[in-house]
Amino acid sequence: MAKVPVQFRLNGSDRAAFADPADSLLTVLRRGLNDFGPKYGCGQGTCGTCSVLIDGELRLACLTLAASCEGASVETVSGMADGPNLHPLQNAFMEHFAAQCGFCTPGMLTAAKALLDRNPNPSREDVIDAIAGNICRCTGYEPIIQAILAAARTLPAQRRS
Amino acid sequence: MARFRGRGMASVNYPIGMNLGGDPSQALIHSNPDGKFTVALSAIDLGQGMKQVTRQVAAETLGVPIEDVYVDTADSDTGPHDMGSFASRGTHRMGNAVIAAAREARGVLLEAAAEELEVNAADLVTDGKGNIHVKGAPSRSITVRATAQAAQFKQGKTIAGRGIFLIPLSSVDPETGEMNPNTAFAHACLVADVEVDDETGEVSVLGMSSAYELGRVINPKMVEQQLVGGAWMGISHALYETPEPYYPNPDHGPRDFNEYLMPGPGDLAPYSITILERPAPDGPFGGKGPGEMCANPVLPAIANAVYNAVGVRVNDLPITPEKILRGIRANGGAKPQARRGGAL
Ligand code: FES
Ligand code: FES
Repeated sequence: MAKVPVQFRLNGSDRAAFADPADSLLTVLRRGLNDFGPKYGCGQGTCGTCSVLIDGELRLACLTLAASCEGASVETVSGMADGPNLHPLQNAFMEHFAAQCGFCTPGMLTAAKALLDRNPNPSREDVIDAIAGNICRCTGYEPIIQAILAAARTLPAQRRS
Repeated sequence: MARFRGRGMASVNYPIGMNLGGDPSQALIHSNPDGKFTVALSAIDLGQGMKQVTRQVAAETLGVPIEDVYVDTADSDTGPHDMGSFASRGTHRMGNAVIAAAREARGVLLEAAAEELEVNAADLVTDGKGNIHVKGAPSRSITVRATAQAAQFKQGKTIAGRGIFLIPLSSVDPETGEMNPNTAFAHACLVADVEVDDETGEVSVLGMSSAYELGRVINPKMVEQQLVGGAWMGISHALYETPEPYYPNPDHGPRDFNEYLMPGPGDLAPYSITILERPAPDGPFGGKGPGEMCANPVLPAIANAVYNAVGVRVNDLPITPEKILRGIRANGGAKPQARRGGAL
């Protein structure tokens, strides 16, 4: 099949790639643009480790056609840190030992960011709900829940009011 | 049409590592010209903490800062041989191999420093901050970095060490069948409280409490991390996971994560852990390692709790609602057993 050009913003930079019309966004991110932040877990929308934000909305990159992202703004875990300064969620994940093998971590961080972006004061139930689509085999989830709650507490006060 | 509470308990006497034909681990350490050390080993770290334990054990033995130790577990083709990351053997077997390698490398490091300071190596000590000095005379000192550079560029010496730890094959006594494949045992006891619905057969784990004896705890936060994650996996094995629900018939088996059930973040039970430390005489700094036993006691404790709640003894895992309902029916109704102990 003929390749089609796709252009979108990736973590704040304009990027372009040639994609097969049937290529997923995950394939284009990883193979085309060398962004290995989002992981390929199941490839069928059941594990969450490929999670990205598209125009601020949480999406599964394995189920999103790359061509449908034309002109969109895509955020992945790779763009989460501000230069050498980690995002509060990344710091909290480290402090709370919320990663073991780390395979779920990109999706967990992205799902958590989507939550805090719209709700800076989440309850435990909100956090559980936000990561319910992300499978973790190692941590038993509790350290991840604790990390997200802790990160929310470190957000600047004006964002939490 | 009621929910019955039950409590179950299980204890574990867990052999660290297994021994099918002798159980060796090897490690190699060398210094780099910047005075930092690389430890090469083939024990793979999938998140269990092998790299961190190796780093701590190597830094402590070498007498250098932990930041100055890099662990390379990249390649089991080219790295020194190890039996693998299984049977909770990593900390114990590899930790000992790393100590042996670090001791040898430390010996060469002190020899090289002695040559530079024109003293006897036996009179030298490390301060753990990157310096080597004469015992009782801290001013007569040299940095590890300067020593590494002198060794490499002046003395023509490699600051390196080889380590192996072997639990030899224990042969079976033909008379008694006895053998002794293990040298270190870890221990745990876990209590689980559950609630069983006699109409749906569903089990919810209300809470768990455990005590683990793991030898010297080399990294307390990572031990806690493993115990928490492993207990979740134990609940998952006990109540949810099966690749072949009608074994050996593969029909109706799960095909993906929609059908292969595992508890999610909304199905967690409060869990309190107490860690006890009885250093193992042959462990690295007394360490044994948590490993698989994080999950082990959860399964029998939950099975016992289900029996305690409704009188149904499920003998094959997972303990599904269907098996519980069939058991309740066969018994002519839920048969709650005597309750023991107070609040969890
Ligand atoms: S890889 Fe996309 S949900 Fe698993
Ligand atoms: S840390 Fe291993 S899957 Fe979550």
